[in-house]
Amino acid sequence: MALEALIESLPSLLDGLIVTLLLTAFGILLGTTLGIVLATGRSYAKRPIAYSILIYEKVLRGIPLLVLLFLIYFGLPQIGINMDAFTAAIIGLGLRSSAYQAQIYRGAINSIPEGQIHAAFSLGMNKLKAIRHVIMPQMLRLSIPGWSNEFTILLKDTSLAFGIGVIELMRQGRYIQVRDPDSVLLVFLLIALIYFALVFTANRTMRYVEKKYQMAGYQTEAHR
Amino acid sequence: MLKKNIRWQDIKQRHTDENKEEPSMAMLEVKNIYKSYGTVEILKGVSFTMEQEETKVIIGPSGTGKSTLLRCINQLSPPDKGQVWLDGEEITNPKTNINKMREKIGFVFQDFNLFNHLTALRNVSIGLEKVKKMEKDAAKKRAMQELTRVGLASQANQYPAQLSGGQKQRVGIARALAMDPDVILFDEPTSALDPELIGDVLDVMKSLCGKVAMLVVTHEMGFARNVANEIIFMEGGVIVEQGAPKEMFTNAKMARTREFLGRIGALYGEEETGG
Repeated sequence: MALEALIESLPSLLDGLIVTLLLTAFGILLGTTLGIVLATGRSYAKRPIAYSILIYEKVLRGIPLLVLLFLIYFGLPQIGINMDAFTAAIIGLGLRSSAYQAQIYRGAINSIPEGQIHAAFSLGMNKLKAIRHVIMPQMLRLSIPGWSNEFTILLKDTSLAFGIGVIELMRQGRYIQVRDPDSVLLVFLLIALIYFALVFTANRTMRYVEKKYQMAGYQTEAHR
Repeated sequence: MLKKNIRWQDIKQRHTDENKEEPSMAMLEVKNIYKSYGTVEILKGVSFTMEQEETKVIIGPSGTGKSTLLRCINQLSPPDKGQVWLDGEEITNPKTNINKMREKIGFVFQDFNLFNHLTALRNVSIGLEKVKKMEKDAAKKRAMQELTRVGLASQANQYPAQLSGGQKQRVGIARALAMDPDVILFDEPTSALDPELIGDVLDVMKSLCGKVAMLVVTHEMGFARNVANEIIFMEGGVIVEQGAPKEMFTNAKMARTREFLGRIGALYGEEETGG
């Protein structure tokens, strides 16, 4: 009986899974792009810009994601900014993630010795070239472990988009629960398992990437 | 070589023609440099000149401002006061494109500062590619020539972490050389090295003597004595005395110079200050 319900629910869960993956992909894309720009700006831009970035980070890290999503989806229409729930979810997830990611990249930038940028300058590189060719490649390598962490957090937090009505994995589970209350334990166990499998796979992939781009003297793991 | 001479003539010509504010006739002219960090005045009016392909060695006790002086020359830390002229252009002028000028000033760091994420070859070629806009293949070829010149052709594909200190510093020298600079500034290039590795680096530097101008801050008295065209002795943020090595080592005018050379000569042993 319960097993039947489970099999019946699979197609709708698959639909939900696809939406979850899309939210994750767009959210992390926005968060990473913006995060890199913010971190670079915070470390190398003139004071007023760096200070504005600091305020942005503090604000976004200080608001619960669900509140942020409500502000964007329900609040912004009051001042004439309308968007569908899916877009609102991506913006909310992306902005929040950018604030956290900026911290990851800034930490990485701070751990690059100052001599690296001096050497770049001494070759006649301007600031932009030095950042792009010397700082950025090292920063990204150093950021992989922190980024993997942020990626899995974002992936799981897409479930909060359920709160503004995005029909993702969580919302599909809720539909099944409403239709067939008896299956609730099994369905949400299955959903939990799906999230777990996604995170597990993501972590495995990131470890592979980390190893692939690892280089002598740039190991990001401890030796035992 | 020929090209350089022609350019030199042009510059000389231009200066005699225009005769603008105190034109610099030397290749490099450092004029009355002052630099403070906070309330501590490190450089208190340092002036000297360098000609093409000349080797000058700056010696002096630690904390005297020797390294600061080098950083003032290529504007890694701009001086508070004073001017630096290279090839008739004032580097210290805010209107000057400092990046363009830095292409002409090689810098070899005490702690190497090789780009950790790049192989030895890419360390040398990156400036050619990204700054001089050379084609990737041409840049690699040129970089390989420079690595061969410093005896590291077989290490071309290794990362800095896989090289010894002496090898790293030779890559550092190759990186500076590849840019075809007018002058290379060496900031204590052997201070971070094991004694047995110092020789390789000094040999490379000796081989450059007379091919490119070198301004070397070092405690290697043997190098100063045998290779330099002139020795500059600095203390307390000023130049105490400068002169040909032979004169400085045997017949220094200032008591302080004699004392310093005597002490450091005894310390480093192999080069006695007499005879």
